Amino acid sequence: MRHIISILMENEPGALSRVVGLFSQRNFNIETLNVAPTEDPSLSRLTVTTVGDDRVIEQITKHLNKLIDVVKLVDLTEGNHIERELMLVKVKALGAARDEVKRTVDIFRAQIVDVTPSLYTVQITGDAAKLDAFLQAMAPVGILEVARTGVSGIARGDKVLSL
Amino acid sequence: MGRQRHTAALDTAGCPADRTRDLQGRNTVELLSGADMIARFLQDEGVEYIYGYPGGAALHIYDALFRQDKVKHILVRHEQAATHAADGYARAAGKPGVVLVTSGPGATNAVTGIATAYMDSIPMVVLCGQVMSHLIGDDAFQETDIVGVTRPIVKHSFSIRHPSEIPEVLKKAFYLAATGRPGPVVVDIPKDMTAPTERYEYVYPKKVKMRSYNPVTRGHTGQIKKAVEMMLKAKRPVFYTGGGVVTGKASEGLTDLVKQLGFPITTTLMGIGAYPQSDRQCLGWLGMHGSYESNMAMHHADLIIAIGARFDDRVTNNTSKFCPTAKIIHVDVDPSSVSKTVRADVPIVGPASSVINEMISLVQGQSISQPEALTEWWQKIDGWRAEREGKLYEPSKPGEVLKPQEVIEALCRVTRGEAYVTTDVGQHQMFAAQYYKFDKPNRLITSGGLGTMGFGFPAAMGIKQNFPDDDVVCVTGEGSFQMMMQELSTCKQYGVGVKIVNLNNASLGMVRQWQDLNYKSRHAHSYMESLPDFHMLIEAYGFTAITVNTLDELEPALERAFADKHELVFLDVKVDPFEHVYPMQVPLGAMRDMLLSKTERT
Repeated sequence: MRHIISILMENEPGALSRVVGLFSQRNFNIETLNVAPTEDPSLSRLTVTTVGDDRVIEQITKHLNKLIDVVKLVDLTEGNHIERELMLVKVKALGAARDEVKRTVDIFRAQIVDVTPSLYTVQITGDAAKLDAFLQAMAPVGILEVARTGVSGIARGDKVLSL
Repeated sequence: MGRQRHTAALDTAGCPADRTRDLQGRNTVELLSGADMIARFLQDEGVEYIYGYPGGAALHIYDALFRQDKVKHILVRHEQAATHAADGYARAAGKPGVVLVTSGPGATNAVTGIATAYMDSIPMVVLCGQVMSHLIGDDAFQETDIVGVTRPIVKHSFSIRHPSEIPEVLKKAFYLAATGRPGPVVVDIPKDMTAPTERYEYVYPKKVKMRSYNPVTRGHTGQIKKAVEMMLKAKRPVFYTGGGVVTGKASEGLTDLVKQLGFPITTTLMGIGAYPQSDRQCLGWLGMHGSYESNMAMHHADLIIAIGARFDDRVTNNTSKFCPTAKIIHVDVDPSSVSKTVRADVPIVGPASSVINEMISLVQGQSISQPEALTEWWQKIDGWRAEREGKLYEPSKPGEVLKPQEVIEALCRVTRGEAYVTTDVGQHQMFAAQYYKFDKPNRLITSGGLGTMGFGFPAAMGIKQNFPDDDVVCVTGEGSFQMMMQELSTCKQYGVGVKIVNLNNASLGMVRQWQDLNYKSRHAHSYMESLPDFHMLIEAYGFTAITVNTLDELEPALERAFADKHELVFLDVKVDPFEHVYPMQVPLGAMRDMLLSKTERT
């Protein structure tokens, strides 16, 4: 099953490599990875999506917790949560397709953020499934380039991941 | 040792220190260079010996060590030996061992020793020189990203970014190495961080606090209660305890608990001695080459009480066939060890000592609910014991080449079972663990997890320097010994009186055994066809060597070797190259599936 694990860790050099190294060293897999400092500059928040059965996920969370730089973590998929990813896509926009692309962008509530005579650059946010669906819809028109941020997430309700 | 004498002559004041003065001219805070801070910190931390090898990036630190005489530096002949010596000391003393190496090759040579300590959870602090910080990343001379190289084999690592950080970082390094599940910590120190001209305030940090690191101090009381209830109700219980009991200094408590309950106990290789092996309740150690009765008892148990053990593949054999009828209680300080390979029914995360003490207080005044079942269980175990009694190996006949097992038995007699025994890796390691009887913890010093050939001799050296009045013996083989034999020179320099028992079968015994069993005796590269004359080799270093060929020469040679505690003696004992280590678990089988000799199988 797919899990989204969010980690608060010390914003120290090498901290990220310890997390990434752990996944390769222990043969866990990473689907997406997203990291940036939080409102407290001494802390970074890292969100990783990974796939595994309960035993593997238990091992992943235990080993992550064991890393000295990791302060706290939460498996967001254990409860209700909001999952978001941002994607920038360059798609061909020529002839009749130009209008079709614009319509599809509207349907997905995406935005066109840059325009040339032959292409649109589209920005879209949502969960990973929505982004995948948009790519599928655009495929016949011609996708030129894709940049995705990887999943970020937060728990719904009163639950807070902080010190 | 000559160097320390020079030190006194050169600089009686120890570390040179500037002091800032307040308006009345009184000293306030000490100002030290990064290098002097390191030397001072080690003194303040109570470190007596450090093991290392100098080089460009570490020279400021070496100079600071030279100008003081509290911390004694032992110059090894290869950095791997420095780590093993520090590791051996840490295992015997239960305190972190300290290593100092230079950048690049100095640091990479230490890698095997760091990995060895990591696999066995041994506290160690490794100080590595590094090229100057502005050169990092430029492929400078003797530059290696040692923090990167060692990342998967350390508990944690630090890189010094400003000299003023040194006291705090070192304190954290020692704290991390020794607490929770212990392990090696690497501190990377760029050369400019130790420059003698730049001085900063030095205060020894007495306390350390890290928001991201809070090792558990006790187990969950409810879980412990549940575990004790299961223990009191069990019909066929077995304690299975590991290195965590030894490093967690919990062997006294464990002995109390096991005796109160009257249960059988088996230990892992790393846990040997945590419970006295000469006691009737001890079944020996378990696993791949463990005792027949241990493995049989584990397989047939209805309750396994695992403490400080990690269900390693050398113990469990095939996990899907592991202890089919048993419930499992697993106590470990490291949550990631619990339910890693074998699912625990009652997981308890906590240090062995506090959990055991809580168990003792719960057991007190209680009695087991099915004493007749336990009696029956003991009858079964005694039956297994009797089956193999006297059939462990075939002793040599007069005039025949010696069996390695009888050498270890003689060694145990001569040293009254009280020596610190270090081993290398292979058949001799298994024989030492099987036939030497350990009644105390921290006495069998062996590379269990990583299986590092070359570990034993430097480890013995590290132990002997710290316990000069004890017998320290390295049981080795001619293959392993040749991996670290350059340390004879270190022993000569510092007068280290370790004893070396070389079980010389002129082949890589364990490799050969596997080739006999799995490769139709095609002995690919398991021969040592060009062995040196060990007798001459040892004498070239000015030590005593004794060659032993027959049984009647054995005990007198051992007596002679152990006559003087301060003399290094090397026994080159010629043993049977055709001998195999038994029992041996059958690959992919259950714990009870064992080869018992060349012709018998369970």
